[in-house]
Amino acid sequence: MTLSAPGPSRNLPQYGALIAVLLANWLLFPDFFAIRLQDGRLFGSLIDVLNRGAPVALLAIGMTMVIATRGVDLSVGAVMAISGAIAATMTGAGWSLPAVLAASLAAGLLCGLWNGLLVAVLRIQPIIATLILMVAGRGIAQLVTEGQIVTFTSPALAFIGSGSFLTVPMPVVLTIVALAVTALLVRATALGLMIEAVGVNRLSSAGAGVNTPVVLVAVYVWCGLCAAVAGLIVTADIRGADANNAGLWLELDAILAVVVGGTSLLGGRFGLVLSVVGALIIQAMNTGILLSGFKPEFNLIVKAGVLLVVLLLQSPTLTLFLPRPKGARPIGTVKPPVAPTSGGAKP
Amino acid sequence: MTGALQRFLPLIVTTAVLVVGFLLCAAQFPNFASWRVVGNLLTDNAFLGITAVGMTFVILSGGIDLSVGAVIGFTTVLLAVLIEQGGWHPVPAFAVALIAAGGFGAAMGGVIHVFQMPPFIVTLAGMFIARGLGFVLTTDSVPINHPLYGELNDMALRFDFGLKLSLPALLMLGVVLAAVVLAHWTRFGANLYALGGNRQSAELMGVPVARTTVAVYGLSGLLAGLAGIVFSLYTGAGYSLAATGVELDTITAVVIGGTQLTGGYGYVVGTFVGVLIQGLIQTYITFDGTLSSWWTKIAIGVLLFVFILLQKGLLVVWAGRGGEPAEA
Repeated sequence: MTLSAPGPSRNLPQYGALIAVLLANWLLFPDFFAIRLQDGRLFGSLIDVLNRGAPVALLAIGMTMVIATRGVDLSVGAVMAISGAIAATMTGAGWSLPAVLAASLAAGLLCGLWNGLLVAVLRIQPIIATLILMVAGRGIAQLVTEGQIVTFTSPALAFIGSGSFLTVPMPVVLTIVALAVTALLVRATALGLMIEAVGVNRLSSAGAGVNTPVVLVAVYVWCGLCAAVAGLIVTADIRGADANNAGLWLELDAILAVVVGGTSLLGGRFGLVLSVVGALIIQAMNTGILLSGFKPEFNLIVKAGVLLVVLLLQSPTLTLFLPRPKGARPIGTVKPPVAPTSGGAKP
Repeated sequence: MTGALQRFLPLIVTTAVLVVGFLLCAAQFPNFASWRVVGNLLTDNAFLGITAVGMTFVILSGGIDLSVGAVIGFTTVLLAVLIEQGGWHPVPAFAVALIAAGGFGAAMGGVIHVFQMPPFIVTLAGMFIARGLGFVLTTDSVPINHPLYGELNDMALRFDFGLKLSLPALLMLGVVLAAVVLAHWTRFGANLYALGGNRQSAELMGVPVARTTVAVYGLSGLLAGLAGIVFSLYTGAGYSLAATGVELDTITAVVIGGTQLTGGYGYVVGTFVGVLIQGLIQTYITFDGTLSSWWTKIAIGVLLFVFILLQKGLLVVWAGRGGEPAEA
């Protein structure tokens, strides 16, 4: 394993939280773990959690890499809307599935390239750089659908949303594939190390020979691609594209999933699998609140509560008082009181 | 370039864009250049302007506040529930709403300071909490029928030459003026710029970092609460989904207004002009009638891009010849 693989003691809170939420669901709803096979596809509440959690999990995979470089991508929701709008509109116009998929993914790639160039070459702060596409992207998606909710009947595209492969629902399959490919790319090569280096200190990693612009662009492009796949899933699932609402606020859920997964917003060490676990925790809570008969209105408050608890556990102030696992550094360590940076020393 | 010109250049450019934009609109539509359009522009964007002032302060201090839209939504619901279901008089309801919103912001500021957490994620949690609380109160859109609402809505300052300033518009102008004084002629303002410029240096200079951080988020919450009151006056209802996305509109206004998102540099007046530019685009699209609403979003996105590039360009110029642009 590489340096960056989080030790078992660090993953414990996330897996513990997921198990706790699942057990709570089971207590509320004894059939929660029941899974049955019907028409060659698995059904059950647990499968439902995986299936519905897939879009956010996909976004979280891309977002993890971006956050590891100390960035953030606010545009993923809008990119989902664009990719969905293109897929639905082209399918409606009679294009074949490969062409539709290629166009949607290409759109995601272009969006990621745009974000990446703004961050890497123009050196714009990531929040602001991606805010541009977040604002304009939804407008572009509406431009594609001409403001309509475009529906389609093609079973080929719908398969991505509601079909299954070896009894596993397609969204889950796609998420697993994306996770595996991403993990292979960053953990089997030096890319993961470079991403973390850029996140910890962009200047010194550039000094150490890391081609920071290329790493940054690659990360944003990957995030755009993941968002495009998520957009395809959502569009295929509802057999239509709603440019106004597709992926709305999902960027926040994705960031939440990454943070719950333990990756610090200050960049550096990241955990891909943990981010997916974070997405599943969020989805399991949503499902649990629905199953328990609580009003779905409580959803946001519970989400905020979980977010605050996780943040508090990671907070440098609190970590100072907690026993530290051997070899682990507290996430987001407090800066020394006098920062020896050149920026601060200017008269 | 002289120092003053250099300092005010982003502000001058933003104002020039507003004036040129208005003249172009007026050239295309003869009815555009009327006091009525100006009055409506101020009234329609009053809640946005008030919120954006709070956001400017937060961003000047080097932070960000994603919760403002949710606080506006929560305030409208709280007012509707207190007035319509609780039978309260609007004035004490306003007071409670302002205290709740201000306290909420201050609490977020406290969490940000004490636990050293990124403002982005703390205020994101705040956004979830405020929206969630609004949902818990009621998910319906509750109309507010108190007679005072009608009276307040009829209140307006009318000028002889035809300009009519409604109560929301007056409130916004008042808030902007007060904010300019607060930012440039008080110790709080100086502390704010110092904190945003460099936190460590500010701390070493003796700026009360804790107090300033809590105060600036409290102020942002308070102004979002005031914007919520204005919004409920404007729509005559309370709805927990009201004002979604306003946090982004305000951040956009702040950026267009020339304030740097890294903190420490910017002007409240610029934000005000930024709000008016966004309103102008909206008004233009309404006047045109054939353009679809999504062009607003695309136009604002393009504008955002251009202004960020402009800021970057200026930074390079300031950094001197051949200097690497400062890390954002």
